[in-house]
Amino acid sequence: MLRRKQFWFAIMAILPTFAIFGWVRLFPIIETLRLSMHEWNLLSKNKPFVGFQNFIELFSDNQFMDALTNTAVIAFGAMAVTIPMSMVLAAIIYHRTRSRFSGFYETAVFIPHVVSLVPAAMAWKWIFDAKLGPLNAIIMGLGGDALPWLFDPVLSVICIIFLVSWQTLGYGVLIYLVGFRNLPKSVFEAAQLDGANGFQSFLYMSVPLLKPITLYVSVVTLISGFNVYAQAYVLASDTQGAPGRQVRVLVLDMLENSFQNFRVGYAAAEAVILLSIVLLLTMIQFGLLRGKGGR
Amino acid sequence: MSAKARARRTNFLLDVTLFVICILLLTPLILLIANGFKTPQEMLVWPPTLFPKDPTLENFHKVFTETPLLQWMLNSFLFALLSTVAIVATSALAGYIVGKFPFRAINIIFILFLATAIIPFEVYMIPLYFQVKALGLLNSVGGLLVGYLVMSFGIFLIRQNVIASIPDELLEAARIDGAGELWIFWYVVLPLLRGPLAALAVLAFFQAWTAFAWPIIVMTRKKSFTIEVGLANFQSAYTVDLSLLSAASAAVMVPSVLAFVLLRRNFVEGIAASGMKE
Repeated sequence: MLRRKQFWFAIMAILPTFAIFGWVRLFPIIETLRLSMHEWNLLSKNKPFVGFQNFIELFSDNQFMDALTNTAVIAFGAMAVTIPMSMVLAAIIYHRTRSRFSGFYETAVFIPHVVSLVPAAMAWKWIFDAKLGPLNAIIMGLGGDALPWLFDPVLSVICIIFLVSWQTLGYGVLIYLVGFRNLPKSVFEAAQLDGANGFQSFLYMSVPLLKPITLYVSVVTLISGFNVYAQAYVLASDTQGAPGRQVRVLVLDMLENSFQNFRVGYAAAEAVILLSIVLLLTMIQFGLLRGKGGR
Repeated sequence: MSAKARARRTNFLLDVTLFVICILLLTPLILLIANGFKTPQEMLVWPPTLFPKDPTLENFHKVFTETPLLQWMLNSFLFALLSTVAIVATSALAGYIVGKFPFRAINIIFILFLATAIIPFEVYMIPLYFQVKALGLLNSVGGLLVGYLVMSFGIFLIRQNVIASIPDELLEAARIDGAGELWIFWYVVLPLLRGPLAALAVLAFFQAWTAFAWPIIVMTRKKSFTIEVGLANFQSAYTVDLSLLSAASAAVMVPSVLAFVLLRRNFVEGIAASGMKE
């Protein structure tokens, strides 16, 4: 009797959340999958079924391939910068936990992560500006040639990697700090007694012991890298905001196909590809964790 | 040199290194604020000045009187506040239920919550846009809110805390005393979840405040822009006036950084919890 009362309370209490969830998460997700197999130009009432036609077309679409390449380069580039830097930085901050500045360190490293994307991108935009920015001023001061940072397609991708890494670094440091605090102290004391110096115990003990954390941060960084949009929107449009100069990334290409070219089904197919990439990355993470026997 | 003196020297060097790195990381933001105080003429000087020679408040005055910046901030604030309330309310109740009522139906619902947690918002925002459009909610805070009513991670976070910090005996004791389930949730469970709920609230607020892709498709009228969308479109809507743009960005950034510094503990708690779920 009591159990039945509890059951009905649980159902009634979770129902509102579950209903909202179905409405704003489950339904649009299923709709994305469905639309990716259909053709829909926004205006016409009928949405003919086209099977995998959208996907086949995507892989011969230069703009999409361009977007996919750029996005992948940005995601992996940002990860390659963020992981080693945040690990070393967290190691030093952890080592100086008792320093009276440790609060300042943590705050300063984390601020770029909490500043909203657009003001942060504005800050970097001026630094990278070819004609007015301090970066070229420094390069020229050192005797180099000014570079068209935000106009050259390769350089602007590098700029976006820089901006994304600067923002992710604080997150990485934070998670690694949690990791360092959870490491068994005794192992390190033993290593110290055996004469290992700080650098050696970092390289041969912390790095392998923190592998699960590294895996987690890598996957989170990669997934957020694949969703990059605001950074490209602000940074790589020229000062007049002409959209033609934007670095093409997946989300941008998707929105353009949907709202400018009126090809919603086609855009949904892109979304499904984005989803598959994210699922694949997550599965690799779980697979590697299980392969290592967890921790 | 004794070992102690050597350790002290290493520590000193590490502190110096950390200081330099921290200052470097903050430099772009400091320069942005500095640019907000420059005159438009000074922005065009080569080589660029780092700090304004002739600081002026003119840009800030102009930003607040001649642009809808305040309106945009208000839109963002309202959106973030309502989203926080919705996420905290749904996560608290749902998190408690999935944590303490292990019926099969509830477990299935929890798995559904979790399964969608890794799917990025960008994947399904286009169909969601059409749902909002069908309701006639485009260009309204209500429409914006539709995307930010629930948070899988929030439900998960509360569930973990419920399991870790609320003993079954406590709930049983209350039930034996004849307390109703809602009464228990409100007077026994909620007070014990104050810490994680605060962390979640800070996280939810920042998530909505910094949202970009969703507001940019839902809010297309200038008056209804959120601050992020407004700022991003600022550069095309106004003549290229970098000092004005910097002042606007700084005016938006400074309050959020201050809020973060004040709420750092809550924030860090929330984010760190996300990394602990292995």
